[in-house]
Amino acid sequence: MTTSTSPAAAAVDPEAYLQVRDLKVQFPTEDGLVRAVDGVSFSVRRGQTLGIVGESGSGKSVTSMSILGLHNPARTKISGEISIGGQNIVGMKEEKIQKLRGKDVAMIFQDPLSALHPYYKVGAQIAEAYKVHHPSASKKEASTRAVDMLNRVGIPQPQRRANQYPHEFSGGMRQRAMIAMALVNDPALVIADEPTTALDVTVQAQILELLEDLQREFQSAIIMITHDLGVVSQVADDVLVMYAGRPVETGSVEQIMKRPQHPYTWGLLASVPSLHGDANVDLVPIKGNPPSLINLPTGCSFNPRCRYAGQNGNRSFSEVPELRPAGEDGHNVACHMSFETRQRLYAEDIAHAGVAQ
Amino acid sequence: MLRFLIKRLLLAATTLVAISIVTFLLFFAVPSSPAWTQCGRNCSPERIAQVEQSLGLDQPITKQYTDFVKGVFVGRTIDDAGTIRECTAPCLGYSFRSKEPVTDTIERSLPVTISIVAGAMVVFLTVGIGLGMLAALKKGTVFDRVAIGASVGFASTQTYTLGGVLLLLLVYSTGILPNPHYTPLTENPLDWAGGMLLPWITLGLINSALYARLSRAQMIETLQEDFVRTARAKGLSPRVVNRRHALRAAITPIITIAGVDLGAYLGGVVITESVFSLNGIGREAAQAVSDLNLPLVMATVLLAAFFIVAMNIIVDMLYAVIDPRVRLG
Repeated sequence: MTTSTSPAAAAVDPEAYLQVRDLKVQFPTEDGLVRAVDGVSFSVRRGQTLGIVGESGSGKSVTSMSILGLHNPARTKISGEISIGGQNIVGMKEEKIQKLRGKDVAMIFQDPLSALHPYYKVGAQIAEAYKVHHPSASKKEASTRAVDMLNRVGIPQPQRRANQYPHEFSGGMRQRAMIAMALVNDPALVIADEPTTALDVTVQAQILELLEDLQREFQSAIIMITHDLGVVSQVADDVLVMYAGRPVETGSVEQIMKRPQHPYTWGLLASVPSLHGDANVDLVPIKGNPPSLINLPTGCSFNPRCRYAGQNGNRSFSEVPELRPAGEDGHNVACHMSFETRQRLYAEDIAHAGVAQ
Repeated sequence: MLRFLIKRLLLAATTLVAISIVTFLLFFAVPSSPAWTQCGRNCSPERIAQVEQSLGLDQPITKQYTDFVKGVFVGRTIDDAGTIRECTAPCLGYSFRSKEPVTDTIERSLPVTISIVAGAMVVFLTVGIGLGMLAALKKGTVFDRVAIGASVGFASTQTYTLGGVLLLLLVYSTGILPNPHYTPLTENPLDWAGGMLLPWITLGLINSALYARLSRAQMIETLQEDFVRTARAKGLSPRVVNRRHALRAAITPIITIAGVDLGAYLGGVVITESVFSLNGIGREAAQAVSDLNLPLVMATVLLAAFFIVAMNIIVDMLYAVIDPRVRLG
């Protein structure tokens, strides 16, 4: 078990490279306090992949930005612990975090066209990432290394490509270049924030495969942030499902995909079209929209959108559910319904819809 | 690149010809004659006709226009009431008022305008962009508020207000600065700068305000770009992120605006020149219009148009150099 997410019982995994415990990220704004992340714990070992799943505004990107220490401390309140290779970066000095960023923890961003600088050549941007953590390297060494990396991520004619600008690359090639840049310093942890969302489906598969190959080669820990359960099922070992800044379900990819226990996870699964079955009837979208992070619904944040809210008297509306063991080892869920009720509802209502079938 | 240049030069030439025709037509549409301003209030119709003839205004408009164009390219002979003047190309005619060749007037007044504009640009580009960028980096702080507050104040001031106040304070009351005057740079650089200091400060400060707000907005927008976040995620120091990544992208549109502004200012900064009694091209143009001095009006209008058109071409080419995504064609 590499993922343990109950804030109360956040077990320390001594082998984990990244250990996040009871992370809370809040942004004070003029409209009120935005609770973007409200008590999340997880851990990832080297060579393992954790998928973080949720809709926009569920807190997954904010979580990843905190792991890089990229939030402006003047405008953000962060508490909890983010331990990277044994060092807690919460409250760490900016200069020290800078030394970790890009070297121990690297990030692959969603849209490589906007994430790469439009005015600099791709090779130069990769070389810059190398040089900042290898100050003694010569310019030539850094650019040779950049070409090397472009070659490693499967870009043909890397020498020529290094001298081109991002806009001269195709979408898939750009994301490969982005990955080359992230991996140039052999980071132990790679955070991929929706790395395939902006790409064609056929290219998506190539990029995911590339990430897996590189993970085997570098033994890095990967956090895959996505709203796409297809991606998660393909690459993740463990899954964390987030809703409105809180973890709602965690477990192995097998547990989450095959035996999901939270109505929100059911909703995510049932709203992904399946290649089998009747296209007209088999989708069950989650009604409504994610809540405002300033004014969360009382009780379970998911209650306004949950078909089953109110099954246990008033608890859905008055009590915030904690993550609790959901039966199998490593599987946790934050839901007021009993295990038996969840089992029954899943079998009756969900198992036949979308990819859940 | 060459194709682009040829296309733009042709377009520029067309623009200038069109402007010259419109100016000519507008001049003759005015219900007054230069002859009136020449011979005064109690002028007999015979005298008017005589003056008009001496100025060549009795000829058909088309003939006058073709004569003007011919003069520009090959030169022409002007018969001014018996006095024959040789006017070599580029001939812009003789001033109706002073009888001096218009090219001489331009040669005398253009350096004045160029001096004012060049110095003022140095002021507003450094002060304006510098303040704006700093304010963006320190967004929300006291510095930001003071800088932006001050720039709103200056931006809503007019040259004749600020210029007048500065003249009073720095020249007439205290004598800290000399009275604004023009000495050619080649003659005495120190005196050139001393005489230009006040116009530089005035025009510079007012434009700094605009450029400060522009650069601040541009920089704040750029700092939120994904590629700036990428630069930070690489582990670059804030200094490198701001300078190499954010500033580089934020400054590009500002250069464009500065280039177009430069083109517009070189045609004459009428109010600045008037406030400080400097005989630049703008003041000559304003005077020429009120005198109905056709040759000088034509010359100053065309010169202003030329600067604007030329700077636009230069800015477009510069943009292609700065931003690799821009392809000229």
